[in-house]
Amino acid sequence: MPGALQLILGVILLWLALGLAGVFFPRNLRLVSRVLFPAGALGALVVAGAALNALGGATQSLVLPLGLPDLPFHLRLDALSAFFLLLLGAVTAGISVFAAGYFRQGDGTPPGLQCLYYHVFVASMALVLLADDAYAFMVFWETMALSSYFLVTSDHAKAEIRRAGFLYLLIAHVGAIGILLCFGVLHGSGDYTFDTMREVQLAPFWATLAFVLALFGFGAKAGMLPLHVWLPEAHPAAPSPVSALMSAVMLKTAIYGLLRVLFDLLHTQVWWWGATILVLGLATALYGVIFSAVQSDMKRLLAYSSIENIGFILVGIGLAVIFQAYGMRALAALALTAALYHSINHAFFKSLLFLATGSVLHATHERALGKLGGLIHRMPWVAWLALVGTLAIAGLPPLNGFVSEWLLLQAFLFSPSLPHAYLNMLVPVAAAAVVLAAALAGYVMVKFYGVVFLGQPREASLATARDAGIWERAGLVWLAAGCIALGVAPVSVIGVIDAVSSQLLGKTLGASATGWMFLTPISPERASYAPFLFLVVILLVWLLTWLAVRQFYHGESRRAPPWDCGFPAQNARMQDSAEGFGQPIRQVFEPFFRMRRELPTPFDAKPRYRVTVEDHLWYWLYLPIVKATQMITRVVTLLQRGRISVYLTYSFVTLLILLLFVR
Amino acid sequence: MISWPGLVAQLTEILLAVLLAPVLQGWVNQCRAWLQNKSGPGILQPYRTLRKLFAKEVVLAHTASPLFRAAPYVVFACMCLAAAIVPILGNDLPFSPAADAIALVGIFALARVFISLAAMDIGTAFGTLGARREMMVGFLAEPALLMVLFNASLISHSTSLTTIVEHLAHLEFVIYPSLAFAGVAFTMVSLAENARIPVDNPSTHLELTMIHEAMVLEYSGRHLALIEWSAALKLFVYSCIGIALFFPFGIAQGGDAVGLVLALPALAAKLAVGGFAMALIEMLSAKMRIFRAPEFLGTAFLLAVLALLIHLLLEG
Repeated sequence: MPGALQLILGVILLWLALGLAGVFFPRNLRLVSRVLFPAGALGALVVAGAALNALGGATQSLVLPLGLPDLPFHLRLDALSAFFLLLLGAVTAGISVFAAGYFRQGDGTPPGLQCLYYHVFVASMALVLLADDAYAFMVFWETMALSSYFLVTSDHAKAEIRRAGFLYLLIAHVGAIGILLCFGVLHGSGDYTFDTMREVQLAPFWATLAFVLALFGFGAKAGMLPLHVWLPEAHPAAPSPVSALMSAVMLKTAIYGLLRVLFDLLHTQVWWWGATILVLGLATALYGVIFSAVQSDMKRLLAYSSIENIGFILVGIGLAVIFQAYGMRALAALALTAALYHSINHAFFKSLLFLATGSVLHATHERALGKLGGLIHRMPWVAWLALVGTLAIAGLPPLNGFVSEWLLLQAFLFSPSLPHAYLNMLVPVAAAAVVLAAALAGYVMVKFYGVVFLGQPREASLATARDAGIWERAGLVWLAAGCIALGVAPVSVIGVIDAVSSQLLGKTLGASATGWMFLTPISPERASYAPFLFLVVILLVWLLTWLAVRQFYHGESRRAPPWDCGFPAQNARMQDSAEGFGQPIRQVFEPFFRMRRELPTPFDAKPRYRVTVEDHLWYWLYLPIVKATQMITRVVTLLQRGRISVYLTYSFVTLLILLLFVR
Repeated sequence: MISWPGLVAQLTEILLAVLLAPVLQGWVNQCRAWLQNKSGPGILQPYRTLRKLFAKEVVLAHTASPLFRAAPYVVFACMCLAAAIVPILGNDLPFSPAADAIALVGIFALARVFISLAAMDIGTAFGTLGARREMMVGFLAEPALLMVLFNASLISHSTSLTTIVEHLAHLEFVIYPSLAFAGVAFTMVSLAENARIPVDNPSTHLELTMIHEAMVLEYSGRHLALIEWSAALKLFVYSCIGIALFFPFGIAQGGDAVGLVLALPALAAKLAVGGFAMALIEMLSAKMRIFRAPEFLGTAFLLAVLALLIHLLLEG
C-alpha cells in the first residue's frame, strides 16, 4: 500500500505525462479536451483525497535522487502541506473539468501547448507545497512562475498582454530574490534542507531580516500592497481557467510559504511582526476592495477583489502571530483558523467567479461590464451558479465567505485581552477597517452581478449568447457545491484545519462543544453560529410564506412592460453602467484614486465624457523606480564603448588590480 | 436540549413580531401626522394596505427574471430570522445559539443584497439608481452597526445577543460613556437603515431623493406586500435591538411565563416612546442631499469606533 506522498507524486507524474501528450498533438482539440483535461481533473481529486487522508496522519518524507549531487530533492508531507494540497486538489478538479470545455481552437497558443503549460503549472504548485529543502523549493517556485507566465501570455499577439506578462514575470522574480535571500539567512551554517533550518537558532536581528525578506518575497507573489500591481494586469490577460487557477491556488502557495517560514522555520514570533502583517493586510484589503469597486472590466474587478481577500488572509495571519507572540495559543489558533478557512473559501468562490466570467466571455466575446447585461435570461446555468459565488464572496450567511469573516471578527473581539497597552487598542480599530472592507465587498459584488447578469442586455449582440456547455457547467457546479458545503458545515472544515493549527501552534481550536451544527469557538457562551439551521429556517419561512400567500389569496400575475415614468423613449443604455455604479465610491474615496475627468461643455455637438482612474502607487513608487533604474543603466552604458581596444584596456586594468591584491 | 416551553416561547415571539410589526409602523406614521397637525390614518392603516396589496394581482415586467420573484420571499425570511434571534420579550430563546450579533448583521446584509439585485433585475434607470444608493448606505451603515454591537460585546464578553442582554440587564447602575456614544451611532444607523428622514423619505417618489422606493418601484401585488411587511418587520427588529442594547430592563430573564407576560406591556411602552422619538426626529430634520448621506453615516461609524476606544480607555 503506497503512502499518500507516493500517491501524490504519482499524480504529479501523470500530470506531466498529460502535458507531454499535449505537446505531441498540439492541435488535436478532441484529445486535449475529452481525455487530457478530464484525466487531470481525476488526478486532482486523487490528490485531494490523499491529502485529506494525510492530514490526520504522521508526517511522511522522501528524498528524490534528483537535483544537485550533494543536495537531492527533499519532499515532505505534513499537515500544513496536506491542507494546501487539499485546497489545490479540490479546486483544480473543478477548474480542469471546466477547462475541458473551455480551450478551443483559435488564435493564440494551440490547445495542446496550453495543456502542457497548464499541467506543468499545477504540478509545480503541488511540488512547491511538498518541497522540504530550499533548493527544491526555489526550482519548483520558478517553474511555477515560468509556466504561469506562458499561460498568461497565451494570447501573445496583443501588445497589452505581452506587457502584462512582462510585469508579472518581473515582479515574480523580484519576489523570488527576496525568498532566496530569506533562505540564505535562515540556513545559518548548515545545508539547505528545511530540517536544518528548523534546528538553527537565529539571533533576533537575523530572524527579523529573514521575516522581512519572506514577507517581501511571498507578499510579491500574493499581491500584497505595494507589490500588487502585476495582479490586475496578469489575471485579466490570462484565459479564464488560468486566472481561476492563479487566483485560487497560486496566491495560496505564497500564503503557504509565509506560514511555513513564520511558524515552522522561525520558531519565535515577535509581536511587531504580526502588527506589520496586520497593517499591511488591512491596507491591502481596503485598497483592493476600493479599486475593485471602480473597475469596468469584469476580470480586473475580480482581480482587485483577490487582492482584497489576500488582505483578509494576511490580517488573520498577523493576528495569529501577535497572539502567539504573547503565548495566547488558543486565540492564535482562532486567528490562524480564520486565515486558513478564508484561503480555502477564496479558492472556491473566486475560481467559480473567474470561470463564470470565462463562460460569459465565450458567449459574448466581451469583457467590458458596460456592454453586458441581462445574461440571466440567456445563460441561466452560469448566472445562478455565479449567484452562489457572488453571495459567498460578499460574505453573506449562510455561505462560506461569512464563516471565515465571522471567525476573524471573533478573533478581533478577544484582542483587548492582549497585555500590550497600545496594541490592544489598535486592534479593535483594525476590526473596524476589516468590517468596512467586508461591507464594501458586498457593494462590489452587487455591481458585478447586477451589471453582468441582471437588467436588460446593453448590446443587441447579447441576444444570441448561449449558455455554457456541459463540461463548463459541471466545473461550475462542483465549485458552487463547495461554496455551499464549506458554508453550512464549518465544524467539519475546522476539524480538518485543526491538524494544521496543532502542527504550527501546538494548540487546536475546539470547533464545537454542542454538536456538528453549532460552531462555537472558544466557548458556547461566548459566541455560536449554526449556518445549517440558518439555511433551513430561511428555506422553511420561504416555503411557508409562499404556501400561505397562495392559500389565503392567489398566485395570479400578469406580464407588462416596465414602468417608464411617462417617458417611453427609454433604452437599455439608460441603466447604470459599471462606471455609474462605482460613482459613489469614486466620490467617497476620492483621495485614493488618481482621477482624470474630461467633461463636455453644454454646447458640444457630440458630447463625450471620459474618466480614467489610476493608481497613485504607480506614480509614487513604480515610476520613480523605473526612472532610477534607467538612470543607473545610462551611467553603466558609459562603460560600454563598443570598441575592442577599450574592452582590452578594461581587462588589463582588472588584471593589474587583481595582481596588486592577490599577489 | 431544546425544551418545549422554550420552543413555544420562541414561536410565539416570532409570530408576535411578524403580526405586530405593522402596528409600530402605523404608530410612527400616526405620530408624524399628529406632529404635523393632521388627523392621520390610524395605527391600523398598514394592515389595510397589506390586505389590499395581497388581494391585487402581480404585474411583472417583461424583463423580470425568477430572481425578481424570489427576492421578496428571501427578504421576508431574513427578517423573520432576525426577529427570531433578537430577544424581544424573553431571553431564553432556543434558537438564539444559531446566530449571534455578527450573524444578525449578516442577515440584514443578505436581505439588502437581494433587494438590490432584484432592483437591478428589471433594467430600468430607477432600479439601478435605487440599488446603487441602497448599497452606498449599506456599506457605511453596516460597519457602524457592527461596531455598536462590538461595543456591547466587549462589555459583556460575548457576541451572543442573549448573553449581552443578560449581562447588560444585570449591570449595576453605572453609566457607561461608551454606550452613550454607541447609542447615538445606533440611532443614526437605524434612521438610515430603515429609510427614514434625513437619509431617505418613505413617503416620496421624487427621483432626486428616493432610495428604498426607487428599488421597489417595479413591485406590485403580493410581492410589494411582502416587501412592505419586511420593511415594517425590519423597523420593529431594529427598535428591539436598540431596546435590548440600551434599555434591557424588563426583558424576561429565563423562561418563566409570568416574566414573559409582564414583558409585553414593558415592550409596548418602550416601543411607543421609541416610535414617537423617531417621528419627532423625522419632523425636526430635513431630508439631506444624497451625497450628504456618506458624511452622516461616516459620522455614525466614527462615533461607534470612538465608543469602542472609550470603552477600552476608560472602562477596560
